[in-house]
Amino acid sequence: MSTETAVRRGEGAGPASPEARRAARREGWSRRLPLLPALIFTIIVTQIPFAMTIWYSLRSWNLLRPDGETFVWFQNFVDIFADSTFRGAAVNSILITLGCVFASLILGTLFAILLDREFLGRGIVRTLLITPFLIMPAATSMLWSVSMLNPSFGLLNWVIGLVGIGPIDFTSQLPLFSVIMALVWQWTPFMMLLILAGLQAQPKDVLEAASLDGAGWGKTFLFVTLPQLRRYIELAVLLGAIYVVNTFDQIYLMTAGGPGTASANLPFYIYQRAFLGFDVGQAAAMGVVTVIATIIIATFALRLIFRSFDVKD
Amino acid sequence: MATTLTSPTPAPGAAGEGPAARAPRRRTGSAGGRLLTILTWLLALVFFAPVLWMVTTSFKQENAAASTPPTFVFEPTLQQYADVLAQNAGPYFANSLIATGVSTLLVIALAVPAAYALSIRPVQKTSDVLFFFISTKMLPVVAVIMPIYVISGRLHVLDNVWTLVVLYTSMNLPIAVWMMRSFFQEVPSEVLEAAQMDGAGLMKTLRSVLIPMVAPGIAATALICVIFSWNEFFFALNLTAAKAATVPVFLMGTMTSEGLFLAKLSAASVLASLPVVLAGWAAQKQLVRGLSMGAVK
Repeated sequence: MSTETAVRRGEGAGPASPEARRAARREGWSRRLPLLPALIFTIIVTQIPFAMTIWYSLRSWNLLRPDGETFVWFQNFVDIFADSTFRGAAVNSILITLGCVFASLILGTLFAILLDREFLGRGIVRTLLITPFLIMPAATSMLWSVSMLNPSFGLLNWVIGLVGIGPIDFTSQLPLFSVIMALVWQWTPFMMLLILAGLQAQPKDVLEAASLDGAGWGKTFLFVTLPQLRRYIELAVLLGAIYVVNTFDQIYLMTAGGPGTASANLPFYIYQRAFLGFDVGQAAAMGVVTVIATIIIATFALRLIFRSFDVKD
Repeated sequence: MATTLTSPTPAPGAAGEGPAARAPRRRTGSAGGRLLTILTWLLALVFFAPVLWMVTTSFKQENAAASTPPTFVFEPTLQQYADVLAQNAGPYFANSLIATGVSTLLVIALAVPAAYALSIRPVQKTSDVLFFFISTKMLPVVAVIMPIYVISGRLHVLDNVWTLVVLYTSMNLPIAVWMMRSFFQEVPSEVLEAAQMDGAGLMKTLRSVLIPMVAPGIAATALICVIFSWNEFFFALNLTAAKAATVPVFLMGTMTSEGLFLAKLSAASVLASLPVVLAGWAAQKQLVRGLSMGAVK
């Protein structure tokens, strides 16, 4: 027992004797071993396909062309940057992600604040509010595109008809807006739960001190609550963005990327190139560009969060 | 604000929060508080309305479901549910059950030891490993679907539910490792030291000390995995056909092959969503905890 603790303390300082070194190595492996299954599994299942994607992206490979595959270096990349549909899909990806994350964060924060007090039926209200997150996105897509947004019998069109607007054929006139609306509805509960956890983790004495000092609700929220919520908000934005940027179901099932390619995002356009256009090389190159862009943006965001991690640890 | 300081007693409606019930902070009993409560209820009902509408529609006859203006009063029927179930939905649900259940078990089996290695007795470069895990979530699935399709084809595991099991495991594992790590970090170090003093080895410590303490965290993690696996559509769409198709694929089939049978579609959607909705409702507190990742530690 005592030697083990000693070795652990001495780790990194360079153990002196061979026995100590062996013990340190054994100690190192006993630490690493539990991690390895998960790490190796993840590396195999995610990195091998990605390496193959990079390989494919350097080749001209269209299943519809009889001439087979050839190595073309970076021609696929040159081509996709000249492809206006690709640029449009990239812009749509950004619009959908920013729009959805921002709107659902605002709405989720509002709901979280409303839920962070005692009132009659609070449990029921919370249950109602989290439900959209639990509903299968394929069902959500159907629900919004048909039940809610259909121009003749959709519920939303009936509601806006009551105040004299419409009817609007949402999914063909405002495809991007329709998709974002369905996504905001789905992701607001996720944001709400995270912010709610942040609100409930607030030390009560700080809030009482603020109210003793005569700070009103608005001031307390702005100067006490909001700074403490920062990490929760960062985490909500990061996780929300990771999932929303990959949105496929709603676009495939609500608008099919249309009309034309007006609402196609990168995942949907890559899917189209690969499984409908059979252009493997092009699709792979788009995938690689998407990954690089995502990782650059996310690394930036993640390092910010990690900074606040490190301070705490 | 004055009432806050004087009343540590919970408001009469404070039920529903269990042992964690907190003293009211804001003007709860006042007129303003009541107004706020009404507003909250109204907003929640508006937000929930699409779900309510879907459920309502599923009990209608088709002509009532697609009427203009919408029908609010009707004679409920179970016809649509009978029709959906008669469509041989069983195998789809069985596939979803296998893909979701087995992958969730696998994720937990892999994530618990990994999280242990990243928190209780951390390996070197812990933050790099954590970063690697989360970075795989930034890999858009579409970017790897072609190779996965090709590999699955060569291995003859296309349209095979076990392929989905493997993919769903890799899809949820990074988040699970992160979540489990934060739950492990909440375990006080004295408890672990005590176990070590008693001479408990790794497996023993895990089994008899750690796992019982983080059981709620494991439940939360499992619930998140279940939600994402059950609802997963992209892999299922591209890698399965007749044999291994899951519930979302079934739902899409109902949608496209039948045209606009709105009531039936609603019934299929309700059935498809029901398992996860019920699980999420039952385990709300775990869900809150899980999503907050053990208070973002």
